[in-house]
Amino acid sequence: MDDTELMREFAIESLEHLSDIENQLLTLESQGDAMDVALVNTVFRAIHSIKGAAGFMGLDTLGGLAHRAEEVLGRLRSQELRPTSLVVNTLLRATDRLKELIDEVENSNGQDVSKHIIDLEKILAGELTDESSASEPTASSSESPAKSGIKTSSDALAEPETSLTDILQMSFDCLEQIERDLATLDRAPTNRVPLENAFSKFQDIQVIAEDLGYAQVVKITASAGKLLAGIHVGDFPMDPQISETLGGAVKVLRKTLQAIQANGTEGDEDHQFTVDFLEAVLSVKIPAKGKELNANASRPVPPTVTHPDVTSSKPAPKAAVEKNIESRSEDRPATSAAANNPKPQESKTEPKTAPPDATAADSTIRVDVALLDRLMTRVGELVLARNQILQFQSKIDDPGLQNAVQRLNQITSELQEGVMKTRMQPIGNVWTKFPRLVRDLASMCEKQVRIEMEGKETELDKTIIEAIKDPLTHLVRNTVDHGIERPEVRRKAGKPMEGCLTLRAYHEGGEVNIEIVDDGGGLNIERIKAKALEKGLISAEDAANMPDREAGNLIFLPGFSTAEKVSSVSGRGVGMDVVRTNIEKIGGSVDLQSRTGLGTTIKIKIPLTLAIVPALIVSASGDRYAIPQVNLLELVRLENQVAKPSIEWIQGSPVYRLRGRLLPIVSLREELGHCDKSELRHANCLNIVVLKAEDRQLGLVVDRILDSEEIVVKPLGKQLKNVPVYSGTTIMGDGRVALILDVVGLAHAAKILTKNKDRSVSENNPVSDSRSPDERSMLVFAVGHSGRAALPLDQVTRLEKLSRRLVEQSHHREVIQYRGEIMPLLRLSGQLGQLGVAKESDLMDVVVYTHENRSVGVIVDQILDIAECRFPRSTLDSVEHTKEGGTPSIVIDGHVTDILDLPTLVASALA
Amino acid sequence: MIDNMQLCTFRLDNQYFGVDALKVQELIRHQTMTRVPLAPPSVRGLINLRGQIVTAIDLRSRFGLPSVAEETELMNIVIRTDEECVSLLVDQIGDVLTVEQNSFESPPETMDETLRPYIDGAFKLEDRLLLLLNWKNVV
Repeated sequence: MDDTELMREFAIESLEHLSDIENQLLTLESQGDAMDVALVNTVFRAIHSIKGAAGFMGLDTLGGLAHRAEEVLGRLRSQELRPTSLVVNTLLRATDRLKELIDEVENSNGQDVSKHIIDLEKILAGELTDESSASEPTASSSESPAKSGIKTSSDALAEPETSLTDILQMSFDCLEQIERDLATLDRAPTNRVPLENAFSKFQDIQVIAEDLGYAQVVKITASAGKLLAGIHVGDFPMDPQISETLGGAVKVLRKTLQAIQANGTEGDEDHQFTVDFLEAVLSVKIPAKGKELNANASRPVPPTVTHPDVTSSKPAPKAAVEKNIESRSEDRPATSAAANNPKPQESKTEPKTAPPDATAADSTIRVDVALLDRLMTRVGELVLARNQILQFQSKIDDPGLQNAVQRLNQITSELQEGVMKTRMQPIGNVWTKFPRLVRDLASMCEKQVRIEMEGKETELDKTIIEAIKDPLTHLVRNTVDHGIERPEVRRKAGKPMEGCLTLRAYHEGGEVNIEIVDDGGGLNIERIKAKALEKGLISAEDAANMPDREAGNLIFLPGFSTAEKVSSVSGRGVGMDVVRTNIEKIGGSVDLQSRTGLGTTIKIKIPLTLAIVPALIVSASGDRYAIPQVNLLELVRLENQVAKPSIEWIQGSPVYRLRGRLLPIVSLREELGHCDKSELRHANCLNIVVLKAEDRQLGLVVDRILDSEEIVVKPLGKQLKNVPVYSGTTIMGDGRVALILDVVGLAHAAKILTKNKDRSVSENNPVSDSRSPDERSMLVFAVGHSGRAALPLDQVTRLEKLSRRLVEQSHHREVIQYRGEIMPLLRLSGQLGQLGVAKESDLMDVVVYTHENRSVGVIVDQILDIAECRFPRSTLDSVEHTKEGGTPSIVIDGHVTDILDLPTLVASALA
Repeated sequence: MIDNMQLCTFRLDNQYFGVDALKVQELIRHQTMTRVPLAPPSVRGLINLRGQIVTAIDLRSRFGLPSVAEETELMNIVIRTDEECVSLLVDQIGDVLTVEQNSFESPPETMDETLRPYIDGAFKLEDRLLLLLNWKNVV
């Protein structure tokens, strides 16, 4: 491992440490006096590891800052300091700075960190807070300088996740190092380098022994450490007697470790004698200090006593175990002191918790993402090879081969699934930075905001995690800035002063839902409409008719920002439209719901993975193309005589009337340069794929619609990157390459979408998903030879094609067995006084309707269409009432259509 | 500028070219490929090379040489760049030759401007000239 690699490892590891610290510090702040000491220890340990590694790599600036931070944490740990917001703030700023330094680790030396160090020192000196305890000044002064002066190059500490043999080997190495250091000290008693090294090595062994629960080793190393610390702070000089004593201790330690290696016990060396001897030397050298240390040692030591309870209450067992390791090893000075009067709780808990430590730590490794990607590619190839073999299988009739292929099939699928899983990461990884963000923003906006997270463990593909980071941050920032009201406003509204921002993630139907919920004031719909009107995004008529939900989603339009003043928090020109664009780029969607006075919910739906997407395979000019399903709305097929007149032309642009709305038609062949659009005029049969591109729709005419398939997305080569109509490539079952169409790019190429979006918005209803309340989907069907009737689609449970031969008679009524029950049938034409159409076909169209928890089958002559119908007040007024019980009629697609009152009809028929 | 190097040689429209053998991943026979409408003319199509998508570049079109009939089966020289693999379509693949630096000469001033970026120079072999392809500018 060369230096740069070492540096990189260091940076990765340190950033991992730091990523948790932020939230842990915030938790400590919220706990106040009742802070969880185990948590302090965790933070302490993380900072300590960074300090140690930095010292090892000669990163003095980094080490120095980490060191000061560690000292402050030390005070917190010994409860000399309280985690006031000032202390936490200072620590947070220091960790930020550490992050910056680590980001540019090569240049970190010589960077200016004096401001942070001064702040931390002020806290240490008690200048910035009155919390520093005056009661134990001597105890801390004898302890902290010892810690502070000595740089522990404890690379062994940073990695607890090693097997017992490795750990022991590490300890043996430490002992050897100590012997060398002691030898150097003999020659040059004032040299501080070997002194510090020896001290840190003793500490390393002590930590390891604590982890493994070897109390005797802990005692000896602690005593030896104290002796060296005394020399270091200048209480007494190094002399041959001390050197000899320490040398003796090293020998005893080595024998003990050998015994541990051999049979797991500490052996029968006279440990207590060694400890006593070390203590005796210490007390001879400095009687006064020795007493103080002992007095200090007999002080109750809360960390080790409390942590078993604390961790047992934590939900995740692994986290608890980790915390346990960390807290225990962090207690070093405390335990070293405590070791003089061993506590029964300690000796009981440690051996019990030690074994799971090793397994929990051993169960994860760090893997290069590039390796996973390569693995993914190989698995993709394997899938293809399997597909090819599957095709052969049908040709060769050999049971042995069949079995082998079956197994291959299964193993490949499992392998594919497994590799996919390795790329999954919990969404909590992105969320970790939000508590800090929210806290800082809230204090900047003078608001009180609490953040809650549900479903942190929800997993997403790594690439998606990366992609949603920024949009999510933007939304969270927006919510704190605009969503949640100031405390005084909240109080007036009868809400708690503290606003609550909830992040929620869960899986649903192969997608991940992420919700950002606040209990703030909700959107000011009127202001949004006014703003949209002012910016020319909607027309006055739209504004008047637009339902609130639709209006709320206006904020996702480009060029929209209601923030009256641009605050430093949001309104920096990156609007919600960017959020939406970014989410849609990865195949997701975003929706906003707001209840005035109660809050806003933003719901993001994103696919689990980008690597494999469901797609529709179509063909044009003999080539296959894949269209991602997310862009797909519906398929329309126009046959024979219908095809030609259905396509109408507006100044040379073909359109199709899709349920009364003009759908611009784009020919895929033409877009790909294979022909021109005049071909559409002569087509006998048209396959139209209705697609959604941003807020517009288009009908793509393709030669054939082949299949719907899950495809593995592969990137385009750089020669093709700037061809806008493709988003990637994939390999089909037969091994050939197919291009994936980029629907938005295609729409741009076909001039459906233009850079200037204003026109598109005012021209068409911008948010096509949500219909106005007076618009309903109607199922239109034929009754008799010429009659047409319709009923609201939401009254229909299912549409079925059932065989006429299955109709049976019961109590003079036609019934059919349907899903395990007897379903009465109703002939609609008979009910409406029309003659039914005799059909040769065996299948009949049945509308299944649920009446008082029973299914009723309504036989219709032919299902024609599902149409979006508007029922504006004016239309309803002019509805003609026909003779049958006041059934109104309206015009749908140019035909007079009766609107059925199915509930009444069914009720009367069954009576 | 160039030490003794090994060149993978190929023939294109009766000219003799060489490309740095260290950059060549493999040589493969004609492959079925998927054409890419709207792509630059030199992109002939996409090849599935054991699960990896390789863009096939028609060197004739790059060099402004007359293109061959659609059905002519061209050979692929797969070049591995830092990010991806690219295939160069050539008429015929020759031997791998070790050439000496002292036989190298820069291209003449009179060479066509459009070709200049693609050809670094020529090695003077006994019986003919071997043109050194600048693969970086080609892919």
